[in-house]
Amino acid sequence: MAKLYTFPGGLKLEGHKAISTNQPISKANIPDRLFVPLNQNIGSPAECIVEKGQRVLKGQMIGRVTDYVAVPVHAPSSGTVIDIQKFPAAHASGLPSDVIIIEPDGKDEWLERKPLPDITELDPSELRNMIRCAGIVGLGGAAFPTFIKLNPVGHQIKTLILNGAECEPYISCDDMLMRERPHEIIDGAKIMRHALNAASVIIAVEDNKPEAIASLQTLVNDLDWMEVQSIPAIYPTGGERQLVKVLTGKDVPSQGLPLDLDLVVSNVATAAAVHHALDHQQPLISRIITVTGSGVSSPRNIEALIGTPMSDLIEMAGGYTEDADRLIMGGPMMGITLKTDATPVVKASNCLLVQTPADHATEAICRPCIRCGECVKVCPVKLLPQQLYWFSQAKNLDGLQTHHLFDCIECGCCSVVCPSHIPLVQYFRYGKSESWKKEQETIKSDRARERTEARTKRLERIKAEKKAQHAARAKKTATASNDRQKEIQAAVARTKAKKAESSSGIDSLNT
Amino acid sequence: MEFSQLQHYSPHTPAQASVSRVMLNVMLALIPGIVVYIFFFGWGVLVNIVLASIFALLAESLVLAVRKRPVFTTLLDGSALLTGILLALALPSHSAWWVIAVGVFFAIIIAKQLYGGLGLNPFNPAMTGYVVLLISFPLEMTRWSPPLELAEQSLSLIEAFRYSFSGYLPSSMDLDMISLATPLDIARERVDMGMKLSAVRSEFSIFSLLSGKGTEWINVAFLAGGIWLLFIRLIDWRIPASLLLAMGAAAGVFWLINPEQYLSPLFHLFAGATMLGAFFIATDPVTASTTPVGRLIFGAGCGLLIYIIRSGGGYPDGVAFAVLLMNLSAPLIDHFSQPRITGYKKPEEPKP
Repeated sequence: MAKLYTFPGGLKLEGHKAISTNQPISKANIPDRLFVPLNQNIGSPAECIVEKGQRVLKGQMIGRVTDYVAVPVHAPSSGTVIDIQKFPAAHASGLPSDVIIIEPDGKDEWLERKPLPDITELDPSELRNMIRCAGIVGLGGAAFPTFIKLNPVGHQIKTLILNGAECEPYISCDDMLMRERPHEIIDGAKIMRHALNAASVIIAVEDNKPEAIASLQTLVNDLDWMEVQSIPAIYPTGGERQLVKVLTGKDVPSQGLPLDLDLVVSNVATAAAVHHALDHQQPLISRIITVTGSGVSSPRNIEALIGTPMSDLIEMAGGYTEDADRLIMGGPMMGITLKTDATPVVKASNCLLVQTPADHATEAICRPCIRCGECVKVCPVKLLPQQLYWFSQAKNLDGLQTHHLFDCIECGCCSVVCPSHIPLVQYFRYGKSESWKKEQETIKSDRARERTEARTKRLERIKAEKKAQHAARAKKTATASNDRQKEIQAAVARTKAKKAESSSGIDSLNT
Repeated sequence: MEFSQLQHYSPHTPAQASVSRVMLNVMLALIPGIVVYIFFFGWGVLVNIVLASIFALLAESLVLAVRKRPVFTTLLDGSALLTGILLALALPSHSAWWVIAVGVFFAIIIAKQLYGGLGLNPFNPAMTGYVVLLISFPLEMTRWSPPLELAEQSLSLIEAFRYSFSGYLPSSMDLDMISLATPLDIARERVDMGMKLSAVRSEFSIFSLLSGKGTEWINVAFLAGGIWLLFIRLIDWRIPASLLLAMGAAAGVFWLINPEQYLSPLFHLFAGATMLGAFFIATDPVTASTTPVGRLIFGAGCGLLIYIIRSGGGYPDGVAFAVLLMNLSAPLIDHFSQPRITGYKKPEEPKP
């Protein structure tokens, strides 16, 4: 056992995981309609390359990349594209996004798959490209394209950390994956290790998942480059930075990445997806999702095709209980509420939590901040949430900057412990968006100012040029008239001289 | 199924704590100290507490009504009641009702509500009220009762109430019987007059093993309540620890220099309002420092100031002035004691 460290703050939360882990992962049927959003990753959305009415095969690419931070989207089953339209998306904004709607034909017919050569023979860059083509993103919830993470860009990676902490209450999809399919994770880890040329791999699992640790341990025992590390269950230990701190004692720099410490952190389910992509040539078209909470009758983990409506999963989990009143994608600490269960499963959907009124604090009175400092104690980033709250309220964006609002990971610990029930995280999101808005405005106004300045300069230059021209012309005219004057004077002088000559002649004549 | 079209924001969890619960726990932690206080100094203590609580709730309701704020739900936060109780504990045990009323009304209306109410007051309301009384009515505020064991006679609960409202004493008693200088006062005055401390301590029967008769046990009881607050993690250890340590250290240095002129650290720790101040007053989160390092500085500042004011000032105790002075410095301390944020090499230079 390696030495472990602690990160500041954090909370011991009740897990509520057992309610969804008492039965094996169920497999969802192919739904009547698949709703596949084009925007399923951090970065740029994919571009649709199929047409209405077109038949697609399972695993066929239906959305292609147009940018670097992007991955393609694939058809989860064979069938016909019946429409491409805006549809409610599982996203915090709640705004609709472009969705390809496929009517499956039930044949589940695969696109022809060519077996790959031994992956250890492949070049890391080729591997990364294949992982990208398989549409793989981080399955822990952030959906960052995995191929970018697997590029060590000049670093000699010491350790690939596979994150199996799953620290948020209720979520158990990684737990079940580790229990039931540990070989998939380890085979995926082999490929990722090769892509990164990493010296070793650590799978970190919270100590509240002894079954998962045991099942991984049996496979890892005879591997000298891999170990399973049990870590204390303290929320948010599954946060990338917190996990790095726990395992290495080092802080990831504020604006940096684990890469700066020669580490890469990836979710265990992502490793399994990499295994499917390279060992079975299956792109990312399904995932395991936990359907749980006191609002569903029979919580469980379900392996569902991407694009399956959430309502199908709820049905599989025994349907809603009578008092179900809130649908959340993700966990209770960081999840986002969904307005309808018609929303499809996306690559980032790790959990579907259905709550009843007793599960959330709707009736709590919000009182003034008493500066008790509980939020400071639990902040894993060591921020001063009560100060940030003042600055957010006052829209003091400079204060927010100097108190490092942008280092806030929005874990929700401060909101949970606040005795005044202040929705602190919500204030911080507001503060962040206000800061972004201001930044955009500054950029805009800077540009406008630059334009105005350029215009003023241009006008001044034109004016100056004109003035110079005028001056030149005036000078020219002046010299010209000068010459003329001289000529006239010369002529006058000549005439006078002539006159004088002739008069003197007369005089002489008179004498 | 369609759900609420309103966006709800994470975390989606029930509330774990509440302000009312916090205040209630602080009041519970005061109980041992209050009981011991009544045991040693009589029913006047309870009369003070009851009157101050009533006045506090009245004053708070009045202002809330004027400010058009919800009266009942706000009273439920318990902060006004706690202010009343803390102020009552700072008063001489047989105080006139109008003294209590003036103090409490000043504390609640001026020191708390006029700044915006709970959470917005820069100064500890109870201590502000106390200091106003101390400066305005020095005579009434220095009429401290002797501990019961030294008193020939004491007031019953009814008599205590009657005395508070009418100043009426049973015919067998006079004013001197319920007023006496405190051990801290006596020690300071007599040493100033040139007496040796050992002589003072043996001459006056009010002195006891640790500090004053009764006072030492009240301090022990408040210490016990404070430790319970630490145990349930309602208060942070930093302010009380640094306060007691700084005060003990300052007292220790002078005591080592001349034990006949300066009281021992132990005496100071268990005299006057030390423990009440360290665990219940300096820890008021609204007016204290909130950063971890800031709290250490804040507590140490309080401890040093209490010692300085006790030794060099003319007041019975220094807790109130010390806490108010440090309240004044808290924003500055917070500003310069920001913790090192994870992912940064060192704390960034704070910009004013």
